[in-house]
Amino acid sequence: MNLKRMFKQNGNGTAGANGAVIHMNDITKIYDTGKIKVEALRGIDLAVKQGEFVAIVGPSGSGKSTLMNLIGCLDTPTGGDYRLRGEQVSGLGRDQLADIRNRRIGFVFQNFNLLPQISAFENVEMPLLFGGVSRKRRRARVTELMEKVNLADRMHHKPTELSGGQMQRVAIARALAMDPDIILADEPTGNLDTSSGTDILSLFEDLWRQGTTMLIITHDPAMAKRAQRTVEIRDGLVN
Amino acid sequence: MPILPSFLRQAFRDLSSQKLRTTLTLFGLVWGTAAVSLLLAFGNGLHTQLVKNTAGLGNGIVITWPSLTSIPFEGLGKGRRILLTERDVDLLKKRSTLIDAISAEFSETLRLQNGSQVRAAGVSGVDVPFGEMRNLIAREGGRFLNPLDVMNRRRVLFLGNELAENVFGEEEPVGRTVKLNGSPFLVVGVMKKKIQESNYSGPDRRRAYIPETTFRALTGQEYVDQFIYTARSVDQTEAATAEVASILAAKHRFDPGDEEALQVWDTTGMMQFMNNFMLIFNLFLGTVGSLTLVVGGIGVSNIMNVVVEERTREIGIKMAIGARGRSVLGGIMLETLIITAAGGLLGIGITAGICALVPAAGLTDFVGDPKLTSGVAAVTIGLLGAIGMLAGWFPARAAARLDPVVAMKS
Ligand SMILES: Nc1ncnc2c1ncn2[C@@H]1O[C@H](COP(=O)(O)OP(=O)(O)O)[C@@H](O)[C@H]1O
Ligand SMILES: [Mg+2]
Repeated sequence: MNLKRMFKQNGNGTAGANGAVIHMNDITKIYDTGKIKVEALRGIDLAVKQGEFVAIVGPSGSGKSTLMNLIGCLDTPTGGDYRLRGEQVSGLGRDQLADIRNRRIGFVFQNFNLLPQISAFENVEMPLLFGGVSRKRRRARVTELMEKVNLADRMHHKPTELSGGQMQRVAIARALAMDPDIILADEPTGNLDTSSGTDILSLFEDLWRQGTTMLIITHDPAMAKRAQRTVEIRDGLVN
Repeated sequence: MPILPSFLRQAFRDLSSQKLRTTLTLFGLVWGTAAVSLLLAFGNGLHTQLVKNTAGLGNGIVITWPSLTSIPFEGLGKGRRILLTERDVDLLKKRSTLIDAISAEFSETLRLQNGSQVRAAGVSGVDVPFGEMRNLIAREGGRFLNPLDVMNRRRVLFLGNELAENVFGEEEPVGRTVKLNGSPFLVVGVMKKKIQESNYSGPDRRRAYIPETTFRALTGQEYVDQFIYTARSVDQTEAATAEVASILAAKHRFDPGDEEALQVWDTTGMMQFMNNFMLIFNLFLGTVGSLTLVVGGIGVSNIMNVVVEERTREIGIKMAIGARGRSVLGGIMLETLIITAAGGLLGIGITAGICALVPAAGLTDFVGDPKLTSGVAAVTIGLLGAIGMLAGWFPARAAARLDPVVAMKS
């Protein structure tokens, strides 16, 4: 994929010193709601290597989503040290974080988070648009991705005209659009029936076999079992 | 820019998804724009018309009639007649530092004869600058009096257009000879038709003008009836009037503050009043229009706030996949621009239409021709643009500052 070369020529494409895509050290996150302070993460150490398939499990409210938001640069930690491919993330501005999300992170959410008024094609095209990719390349890339997730025949349907499993596949295509360093999925099968969930799971496995680094939050024991490694979070700490 | 078409599509989609609100806002903007530009255009037309009407008498002139003193001065009683001759006018020409142009005017009703046709006509003997000061402009094929006419006491005549028509009918008067009190005069010019709303001895179109030198020789009249002058600039008119009074008072021994000895009609006062009136009028119209526009702007702000609110989740998602704050801001501003520009164009279009209709409706003499000048357009567009952008700015900035995690949960 030549997109990688296009956007990552500045040497950041190499993994950090220890070969980790993600390297977190003593990460804390405190939500200050004014009245009460919630200590969602209380000192997380986590390293994910290039090409790994990691499942994150744990009870509800343990801090999994919070952790994913931090890894995905959607939010910033209260304390600790986070490096993405060796590059320090704390201290970056809003625009730089937006660029990191655009180029290095691919999100897959439980509730799909597709834009409802536009077609599947346009949804997948969106990150390429923000990444400044030319119209011609966008077209080619979106078509390629829609074939990859087996939805070439549904490209011009709107999300509301698709099933849950199909919507999640569109979301996965969107996550892959800018050829990110890592796919972050937060309970991707949580809103799906068993058979659609199995489809998504095997799609993830295919992607992993093709070399994608995956970090998936899940309640599904089947999915956790397919992962190379399972990390359990409890009360804001890695168990 | 590859992003623009998709942003545009998004903008139109958003606006059309809120048809009622968009329509109402658009209506407010159209109405506001049309109001501002129409009012300014009408103000413009009215001003032009008023200027045209008053310029009929002259361009910023002062008319002075020597009369009777009303204040005793240096042992001389009041009620003394002040008599001026062309030498006094020459003296003013020489001494005054503030006067730009001056002309004496002698006038009398004389017998005007063309062949067997005889009529009485008001005739003035004047100097060359009189023509320009009083806007006596010759129509094509003729001219006003010139310095040689005055110097050589030529028997030449400049006719008001109505008088010319009465005497010559359809025939061309220039080059023809008529008799004034029995002496032959050559017609050298006929006045171009003009609108004149005020006068002091009958409208110019019914009068005739001959060199002052000729006039004196013909009638034996020694004393000027009035003289008219203009100051170097309109602002200096009052000072020039005071100067004239003091020069003449010293020579003829009357109190320079005597308002009866020299009776003055300063037409610039009227002009200044008119300018002030128009200024207030325009300010008033501008304010009314601007308020309407502000209301339209509030509508835009409102609609954009709703857009942002309804799209909070969508904006959060876009941010999650890499939209920068700037691009979110740009999207909202673009929508604002589209709706504002659409409203503005329609509004200006309405104004242009009305401006085109008024002359056709034959209302020109009442309200003048409203003119959509580039100035009017610039003021309107500037105002509209400022209000629109301001209205869009705050919702857009709020959108750009959303926290993606929170926004996605909404
Ligand atoms: N925006 C927030 N403001 C305040 N508290 C929050 C916020 N988001 C999450 N929390 C709290 O942080 C803790 C961890 O939440 P979360 O990361 O969503 O857990 P999980 O995804 O494992 O269910 C919970 O107690 C939750 O209530
Ligand atoms: Mg969660």
